[in-house]
Order: sequence, then C-alpha cells, then structure tokens
Amino acid sequence: MRVGQNPPLVPNPWFLMQSAIELRARDLSVRRGERYLFEGLDLELGPHQLGLVVGANGSGKTTLLRVLAGLGAATSGLVTWRGSAPDRLALEQRGEIAYRGHLDGLKKDLTVLENLRFHAAIWGMRTDLDALMNALGLNGVANVRVRHLSAGQQRRASLATLKLCAAKLWILDEPTTNLDSDGRETIVGWIGAHLGRGGTAVVATHQPDELKQRGVVLVEL
Amino acid sequence: MAPFVTIVLRDLRIAVRRWSEAANPLLFFVIVTTLFPLALSPSADEMREVGAGVLWVSALLSSLLALEGLFRSDADDGSLEQLMLSPVPLGVTVLAKIAAHWLITILPLFALVPVLALSYSMPITALPTMFCALLLATPTLSVLVALGAALTVGLHRGGAIVGLLVLPLTAPLLIFGTRATDLGLHDEPTAGPLYLLAALAAFTLALGPVAIAAALRVGIE
Amino acid sequence: MRLPRWFHLLGSPPFVYGFAGNVAPWLGAVSCVLLAVGAYWGLVVAPPDRVQHEAYRILFIHPQIAYVSIMAYVVMAVAAGIGYVWRIKLAYAIAVAAAPIGASFTACALATGSLWGRPTWGTFWQWTDPRIMSETLLLFLFLGYLALRAAFEDRDKADRVSAILAVVGVVDVPIIHYSVIWWNSLHQGPSIMKLDKPSISPEMLPPFLIMVAAFTLCFFWLLLNGLRGEIVERERDSRWIRQLVEGTRG
Repeated sequence: MRVGQNPPLVPNPWFLMQSAIELRARDLSVRRGERYLFEGLDLELGPHQLGLVVGANGSGKTTLLRVLAGLGAATSGLVTWRGSAPDRLALEQRGEIAYRGHLDGLKKDLTVLENLRFHAAIWGMRTDLDALMNALGLNGVANVRVRHLSAGQQRRASLATLKLCAAKLWILDEPTTNLDSDGRETIVGWIGAHLGRGGTAVVATHQPDELKQRGVVLVEL
Repeated sequence: MAPFVTIVLRDLRIAVRRWSEAANPLLFFVIVTTLFPLALSPSADEMREVGAGVLWVSALLSSLLALEGLFRSDADDGSLEQLMLSPVPLGVTVLAKIAAHWLITILPLFALVPVLALSYSMPITALPTMFCALLLATPTLSVLVALGAALTVGLHRGGAIVGLLVLPLTAPLLIFGTRATDLGLHDEPTAGPLYLLAALAAFTLALGPVAIAAALRVGIE
Repeated sequence: MRLPRWFHLLGSPPFVYGFAGNVAPWLGAVSCVLLAVGAYWGLVVAPPDRVQHEAYRILFIHPQIAYVSIMAYVVMAVAAGIGYVWRIKLAYAIAVAAAPIGASFTACALATGSLWGRPTWGTFWQWTDPRIMSETLLLFLFLGYLALRAAFEDRDKADRVSAILAVVGVVDVPIIHYSVIWWNSLHQGPSIMKLDKPSISPEMLPPFLIMVAAFTLCFFWLLLNGLRGEIVERERDSRWIRQLVEGTRG
C-alpha cells in the first residue's frame, strides 16, 4: 500500500494552499474477520484536494471509504473530519459528508422526482429539480418508479442527489460504473467543480485516468 | 420537526404503494384471535375472562410481525445510510419511522378491536379502557420491537430471533395492559396500570431511540 | 491524570490470562470446601423447619443459585457496557464467558425452585409466582444474548450488538421484577401460597451465608476459566499464544 502524490503536469497554486487539512486518517487499520484489509494507512486531504483510491477488487476500497464516511468502524487508528470523528460529528457539522456507494440510496417504490424532493427536503436545499434532472438526462423518467429504471438511470438518479446537499466532503465509490460517456463526463465535471469550490473528495475507481488532475493524492491498496 | 414529518410522509407513501404488506399484520391479528376460541372452546363467561389476554397477545405478535423488518428495506437500498449522514439526527429518523409504522399497522388495529372484543362477549363499557391501554402501550411496544429490528438489521435471516429478543422486554407491558383491561371489565378504577403504561411509554420513547440508533450504526457496517 | 499500572494491566490479555490461571484454582478449591461445609451443615446438621420440615432444606441451595444468576446477568451487562463504551476487548470476553454460566445458573434456579414447589405447593410449576416468572424471563434474556451473538459471523459486530442488548436487558430486569411482583399480588387472593422462604432462624443463618459465598466463588471460578478459554480463542493468532503453545509442546 502506497500513498504518493501525482506529479503535477502544470505548476499550480493548489499545493501552496494546504494549510487547512480537513480530512485526516492516521495509522488506520481495518480487519474484517481474520485478515487485515489494510494497516497503518495515513491520509491527509485539504480543500480542493482529491484522494484517488485504486486497487484490485476486494482490496478494501469500499471498506476504506465507508470508514472515512463514518459508516464503518476501524480496528485501530484515527479518522477525523474537521476535528471530529465522522460518525460523531458536531451538530453544525452534520450533513457535511456525502457518500455514494454501491447502493443507490433511493426508495424503489417512489418515483425519481419524489426521491429527489425527499432528498432536498432532508438536506435542506432548494434547487431547481427540473434543471438537475435535465443535466443527467432524467427528465423523461421523472415520474417513473425507481424500480422500473435501468441500472444506468438508477445510478444517475443516485448521483443527482449530490447536488441536493451542501456537503464539503464527497466520498464516492466507483461513481462512474453503469454510466455512459455522457454521464461520466458530467460526473467528472461535477467533481472538478466541487473541488474548485473548495470541497474535498475521495473517489475509488478502476479508471483513475479520467480523474487524475492537479492536487490528486493517490492511495493504492 | 419538518424532517420528522417528511420522513413519516415518505414512509406512508411507500406503505400505500405496498398496501398488501401493511395488511399482513392485521390479518394475522384477526386470525390469531379467531383461532383461540377454536382451540379452547370456551363458554361465554370464559371467553370474557380470557378475551383481554388473547387480544393483547395477538396485538403483541402482530406488532412483532409488522415491525421486525422496519429497517431492513432502508438498509438494503442504502437509504438508511443516507439518512444517517444527513443533517437529521438518527434518533429523529428512528422515531419518525416508528411513528409511520404505528400509523400504518397499529392504528388500524383500533378499528378491529371493538369487533373482536364484542365477539369475545366483552361488554361495550370495557372498550374505552381497552383503547386507552392500547394507546399507551403500543408506542412502547413499537419501540421495543424496533430495537429488536435494529439489532438484527445486519442479519439476513434475522426475523425469527427478534421475537426471542423482544418478548422478555415486553412482559411488563403485557402485565399492565391486561390488568388495566380486566379492571375496566369489572368497572374498577383503572388509573394505576394506565399511569404505569404511560410511564413506560415516556421512558422507552425517550431512551429507546438512543439504543436503536446505536444498534443501527453497528448493523449498517 | 496518570492511570495506575494495574489499570493498564487489566486490559492486557496475556496478563489477565496468567492472573486468571493463578487465581482460579484457589477460587475453585475454596468454593469446593465451602460447598462441602455448607451442604453438610445445611442438609444434615441444621434442625428441620417447623412448617416445611425437611423440604425447606433447599433454602440452602435454591436462593443462592437464583441470586448468582441475577449477579451473572449484571456482570455480563456491565462488562459488555464497559467494552462498548471504552472499546476494551477483554470486557467483551468477560461478558461472553459469563453468559452461558449465567444461563446455566438460571436454569438450575428454575429446576431447584420447581423441586421446592412440589412438596410445598403440590405442583412443580406455578405460572403466577413472581419469582418463577422473573427467573424465566431472565433465562430468555440470557438465551437471547447467546442467540444474537451466534447469529453474527463477524465477532466485532457480534460483540457490539449484543452489548446493546445486554445493557437494555439490565435496565429491564428491575422493571420486569417489580411488574411481576405487582401482578402476582393481585392474583394471589385469599389462598395461602408458600412462596416466601421460611423465616430464617439463627441456626439456619450460618450455612445459608456459607452457601452464598460458596456459590458466588463457584461462579467466579467458572468465569475465570471460561475467560481464559475466550482469551485464547480471540488471541489465537498472536505471538504470545504461539509462544505459550510452543512452550508446552517443547
């Protein structure tokens, strides 16, 4: 397991702005059952920074992302988001972490629009849902129950909810699976925009090339 | 308050679309209360004596049936972890889901109780006490069964074990509830057990969600 | 605030394994002696009761076993709670070791209680007796804990989930106990039931207390032995266990 920095193709100012480290993992080890998935992992990410997690299937990418999001417990070590453990965030910090994993997080018996409306209400965002669905090509299926959508449409609907929260940390587990090239382009653009706004992101992917850009921290499991 | 209502409405909407699932516990309630006289062949007087107990046990068992999968569908499609990451405290989410389930599966019981009570030769004067007792006891019951559901949410075949976990905890409810109904049947003052039921309800509604949230966090890993 | 050294040692599996190994045989020996003394005194030497004659002698066994069963649950719940809050693996090991012992004691309490019931009430089982009901529900609580543990494959998850159950149960035990007593006091009516233990005359008190001490030590002896087994199970991949095994082999 190796943590390194992707050499920048163009000298950039982002590296100089690393004073505020927001996501910190120190000596993180996770054991599931009898074997250790990874041991002694250190990671530090600040605003505008992207952590790219690569590795073979079963190497622990999903587990690492879930531990960083506060959805799983580490065997030893420390994870902090802005000073608090991600599963025990302070009241004003709640909602700062967004996680999209293999599960969509959508209710299959509700329509796309109903799911998006619910998400917006829970996360307290007022957005133009029509424009959002348009951006991902979901306008045609707005009133279709999620159960009847294709895998790609479900994935797009699930990623649409990213725009419905004001999260500062995006943790995405293979977000571009099941997406066609248009969808992939949109998501990569969103991640870039999120980083540009000062957000932080951790993305697990089998195709690191489309996301390798300035300020990327590579985590190999 | 608003997120609470949003979640309740969402669960209600889903339940309406899957109304056959919501009807199961009610059917079960009717079947169980019908089977007892078949098995016991009691006289009218005996019916009156056992009526309260039978109705309470049936209500308990149908609650178990209704609530043991309370968190399973949300855990399976990933919406539970989304709610855990949202700004809404997990305790509020839990209470909202329990409230929605109570409205869907327990409230209709109240419509069935008079019919069944009369079939057990219980006088109409006993009904107000029975309603009161059920109204006070069913929230506690829902919280306890939800705790069982939360403890087993990580298991695939968790259903059978929820009964074993929950039934010892519900013994006081059963005792006070049947006692209150019996007293009401004989026109004696029922304030004692009703106050105790109210106290249990206050206690479990206040502390239950804490334990349920803790169990969910472990189960979701 | 610097914690004393023994505090850190308590969290170290090799230390506790060794400590338990040294202490347990003594506990076992003392409890055996006390059991022998108390049994002889209570079953042979003490005079018969005025009302229950010889049948009362179970007074020297049954209440002690019942008391230990409740204590076992409290030990299990407190240990599980400590493990959950402070993430101490050894505390979980104590809870896991205590559970089957507590369940067995509870079953024995029910068995000895029904043996007592036969000559005094005329029946082995009396549904409306508060103590039988409380003890039965306690048995279900133990079985629920064991069943929940067994249902999880990941030991860490099993530890934490069952800890939540154990703590909720321990809060519920007094509630169950008082509600059943209250319920029974309504059902008792005019009939006189011999549920209360006979008033203890001074001659009966020493063996009674000796047996309390005996069964308590017996519980802790069994607990320490079970704990050692649990520690080996959990730590079987660690170096100190391997050294231990090689040491005995070599």
